[in-house]
This record gives sequence, C-alpha cells and structure tokens, in this order.
Amino acid sequence: MNDPLNFYGVTLQSRLLVGTSQYPSPAILADALAASKTEVVTVSLRREAGGSRAGEGFWGLIRETGLRVLPNTAGCRTVKEAVTTAHMARELFATKWIKLEVIGDDDLLAPDPFGLVEAARILCDEGFEVFPYMTEDLLLADRLVEAGCRVLMPWAAPIGSGRGLNNVFGLRALRARYPDIPLVIDAGLGAPSQASQAFELGFDAVLLNTAIAKAGDPVAMARAFALACEAGRTAYKALTIEPRDMAEPSTPVLGRAFT
Amino acid sequence: MKIAVNGEQLEAGAATLAALLAELEYDPGLVATAVNEVFVRAKDRDFCALKEGDKVEVLSPRQGG
Repeated sequence: MNDPLNFYGVTLQSRLLVGTSQYPSPAILADALAASKTEVVTVSLRREAGGSRAGEGFWGLIRETGLRVLPNTAGCRTVKEAVTTAHMARELFATKWIKLEVIGDDDLLAPDPFGLVEAARILCDEGFEVFPYMTEDLLLADRLVEAGCRVLMPWAAPIGSGRGLNNVFGLRALRARYPDIPLVIDAGLGAPSQASQAFELGFDAVLLNTAIAKAGDPVAMARAFALACEAGRTAYKALTIEPRDMAEPSTPVLGRAFT
Repeated sequence: MKIAVNGEQLEAGAATLAALLAELEYDPGLVATAVNEVFVRAKDRDFCALKEGDKVEVLSPRQGG
C-alpha cells in the first residue's frame, strides 16, 4: 500500500519510529530495527569520558543501518539545557530534526509544557524542525503550532509504562483539532494492539522503545509492532464501522425459515 | 586552572577548548561541546579560551528513546 508519511518534507513509508536504548545487545538492536522496518531511529547525547570512545561503536552501528536519525533532548529539565543539547545534536548528527523533551516531573517523566513551548519557539526560529514530546492538551498543541512545530508527538502514557492510550478522549480531540498536522504517539505503548488502536484513531505514526527493547524477544516484538501498525493504519483508511448499542443481524432476515 | 569537565573537577593546562580535548584524548570529530551551558561549534573550539571555574560538557552519540 502506497501511503506515505511526511515529516517536514521528508517522505517515509514506515509509520513506526523506534528508539535505540535498553536492548540486550547491539546485535539484537540491529536485528530489531530491521524487523521493525522502521526508517527513523531516535538517539541521544550523553557525556563521553576522555579517551573512552564509548559513543563510537553505537554511532557506527546506527550509521551502518542507513536509517534517518531523530536526536532527542532526553533528560533536559530546563529550556537552556534543551536548546543547548539541540545545538550539539544538530552538529553531531547533521540534521535539523530534534525530538524536543523538556521534562517537568520525575515520577511521570511528564513534559513541562511551559518550558517546552519556550524551547520550541527558540528552536523553530533558529530553523530546527521540532518534534515536541507533549501531553495531549489542546492548548499546548495550539501554542506549539504557533511556535512553528509541524509535527506533534503526544504521549499515550508515561515513558516506559506500557499502559497504552490513557486518554482516548483527549487524543481524539487532538486529532480532530489538527487533521493536517502529523501526529505521532510517543511513549507509553506496551503491546502491538495499543499501537493498532492509535492508528485506528487516526494517528499518523507511533514511536516506541521500551515495548520492543524490553520484550522477551525484541526482534519478534519489533515485527509484531510493524504488523500492528500496518493493520491499524489499513483499518483506519478502510473506515471502521460505527459502534451500535443493539444487535443488527449479519445474516439476511429475508427468507428465514419457520416464520 | 581548575575547570569542570562533564561534572568532574580537574586541573587543566589547556588554554582553549580544542587544546583541552586534545589533552584529555578526545576524538574531536566524535563529540559535541558546550561551555557554561552554551554550545561551542567544532570550528570555534580553537578560539574558545577557557578560564578558571568554567564548566565544560563533552557529549557523544548514545542510545536514546
């Protein structure tokens, strides 16, 4: 099915974005990425010890895959930290894309909406193409779009929780408010059925990490998510039926015997 | 001169950020740098003079979600 996705002018066939953290080994990471059929992987920046070359092996593995990179500002808690990290990522990864995280709460790893908007405004003005990690709040979405974001990434549930779509009502409202902006469910999915549900609601893509990396068999789970994403998206395009309160016979009533 | 590199205090002889990276055996092409929470481009490291108390961050690619 030719049903491309478009992020800031970049056309993608896969609607599954995959994180690169927490895998049992680099080989399993590489196999899981291949099984997921993803075209975009998320990466981060972390402190490097002098002479250690710790990041070299990982970066080499990612470059070998040929996949597009979406760097993040994971762990940043202030606007300044996030903006500086974005600047560093742009140089190191040679991309204008940035997954913007400004974390406001340690227990839920919830976005700080105020810092997020401020950082998004600065980075969009500087020419970055910002993918903001956000809650499903409509006003926050409005402010991010005003700031220049042309992709929005609402959470389904807290990062790593595997709870699925916590607020279906809010996510539906966000989809209705912004029918033409790519919406990516980022964080909180645990099972492929939850990814499928996101697509059935009309979301354009999902971003996963823990659900694949911490599965019993990450490579098989990556494949399962790829199938679920395709199933959900295909179902959305095929137009699912409206739920009813009462039964409606699927077998024709006309011609029924013994009447 | 005492400076902090990635949160650790150390005594450095280097006068510039580029010299500091060489002194600490970093591969300059594999890291991104900031001084006092402000990004310093790779091409500006030679001109980035360090002073007592500076806080230097040296980051490299890592796994992320």
